[in-house]
Amino acid sequence: MEKVVIADKLTKKFGNFIATNEITFAVDKGEIFGFLGANGAGKTTAMRMLCGLLKPSSGDAKVAGFDVYTQTEKIKERIGYMSQKFSLYEDLTVRENIKFYGGIYGLRLPAIKSKTEYILEKLSLGEVADTLVASLPLGWKQRLAFSIAMLHEPPVVFLDEPTGGVDPITRRQFWDMLYEAASNGTTIFITTHYMDEAEYCNRVSIMVDGRIQALDTPRRLREQYGVESMDGVFQILARGTSTK
Amino acid sequence: MKRFFSFVHKEFLHIFRDKRTLLILFGLPFVQVLLFGFALTNEISYAKIAILDNDKGMHSRKITHRLLSSGYFRLEENLTTYADIEKAFRKGKIKMVVVFPQDFDSEYERSKGAHIQLLADASEQNTAISLVNYASAIIGDYSAAQNPVASSPMMIDVRSRMVFNPELKGAFVFVPGVMAMVLLLVSAMMTSVTIAREKEMGTMEVLSVSPLTQSQIIFGKVLPYLLLSFINGCLIIALGVWVLDMPMNGNLLLLLTETLLFIFLSLSIGIFISTLTDSQLVAMFASLVILLMPTIFLSGFIFPIESMPKPLQVVSNIIPAKYFIAIVKGIMIKGVGIGYLLKETLILLAMAGLFIFMSLRKLKTRSL
Repeated sequence: MEKVVIADKLTKKFGNFIATNEITFAVDKGEIFGFLGANGAGKTTAMRMLCGLLKPSSGDAKVAGFDVYTQTEKIKERIGYMSQKFSLYEDLTVRENIKFYGGIYGLRLPAIKSKTEYILEKLSLGEVADTLVASLPLGWKQRLAFSIAMLHEPPVVFLDEPTGGVDPITRRQFWDMLYEAASNGTTIFITTHYMDEAEYCNRVSIMVDGRIQALDTPRRLREQYGVESMDGVFQILARGTSTK
Repeated sequence: MKRFFSFVHKEFLHIFRDKRTLLILFGLPFVQVLLFGFALTNEISYAKIAILDNDKGMHSRKITHRLLSSGYFRLEENLTTYADIEKAFRKGKIKMVVVFPQDFDSEYERSKGAHIQLLADASEQNTAISLVNYASAIIGDYSAAQNPVASSPMMIDVRSRMVFNPELKGAFVFVPGVMAMVLLLVSAMMTSVTIAREKEMGTMEVLSVSPLTQSQIIFGKVLPYLLLSFINGCLIIALGVWVLDMPMNGNLLLLLTETLLFIFLSLSIGIFISTLTDSQLVAMFASLVILLMPTIFLSGFIFPIESMPKPLQVVSNIIPAKYFIAIVKGIMIKGVGIGYLLKETLILLAMAGLFIFMSLRKLKTRSL
């Protein structure tokens, strides 16, 4: 299987503080990879290194085949990114948002046009295409933000807590989109606080104090720790306590 | 390059969609220039005065006539007793009272040593001083005209001429000041606020993950404001020349180049402010406090630098607007060339360089 994200003993130190301590993992093409951890466990630092925003202190990592030390520009062109704030411009219309992100990812005008039609059709946003994003419901913004992150057809998309503040039904619809993207071969690298979402992932890693403490499918992690849910696994690993 | 233009296009969308910002951008210079140009003026015309003529002789009437026909004064009322003076002042309409004593005519004819009393309402001290000066000058003229031969041979005849601004027009001072203030505010505040907004909305994160480079993001942010500020600058110059009768004695091209330089400096200050904060509100207040106040009070725009206490005079040297105002006055009013403005130009250049350098250093240690 083709590996899209590879980290090998990836480490980042800020002075004496080790934010990310020799993390090692590999993510397959078309996999939904859950990246879990309490606040301050080093998730964000690891993500920033993989996205080419931060130079690692030591170790190696490759994203979409490119090196995080020397080829950050290539990486930035090949990855999609969506943050918890959905990162749309509220004072621009749906169409203008799509056009802008298409533009900065270097899509040609005809490609932007056809992509716009495709997204509007797929998300049934045709009627609000020319209204400001500010007036859209949260769930719509979220799906639009994901579609925009996928605009340039990246092999891997990084989602940083993409479902914050969204109700469970909307979240479910969002995950349907993720499954569809994954089945088309896009690798999904996602951080989340919701443990029910962790169950939806193909594999999850749980970071504690800068290290990856567990990395497997949700089912095997539950069996290994002898608990009913991913929440139980997380409690044992991240907080050092059991909910049982 | 196409990416960069997509970004600039988006910035223009932001600006044109935000009607309030647009109003500030283009309303501010209009209001300021007209306000400062017309309302805030030191010129005196037709100040209301009262006359208490206890003598009613030939000379007092002639002097009164001279005062009233000068264009500076207008007769509001004729008083009859000394008690009326205070009442008249209290009503607040009149600014000055001219008092001729009872034997004015005969004293004047006899001993050449007659007295006239001028009382001015000094609750507006600048107006009071000007009024008294004008009136004294007119009375002095009259006296000199009465006895040209009899004047002492040793008398010194002082003749002054106000060079560059013979009519003492306030607009000459205010237009360059307003120009500096508006450009500084618009350029620095708008850029710092717009960058802070991207950070607040979380879109800066997405931009930094995108293939856009940091310099593309910064220049993309700056370019629209550079253009708009430049249009603004031209607008202010046009208003000054055509509405407020400012002269344009120097080279227009040089003036526009210097304006561009000043805008560039303002933008670099704006970028620097935005590297210090992530919040729109802080960026706005920082711009107002760091830029607006010192520009108004310390640039020599309203209060002359020469009359400030020494420490403030020293501080005024770091106010960019001070140098720009000197440049604009030099070019528009005095009509001098670059040779006379080299020092100011170099200082502005150095300041811009300093702010860009500090911003880049800040940006290196933490990502935008």
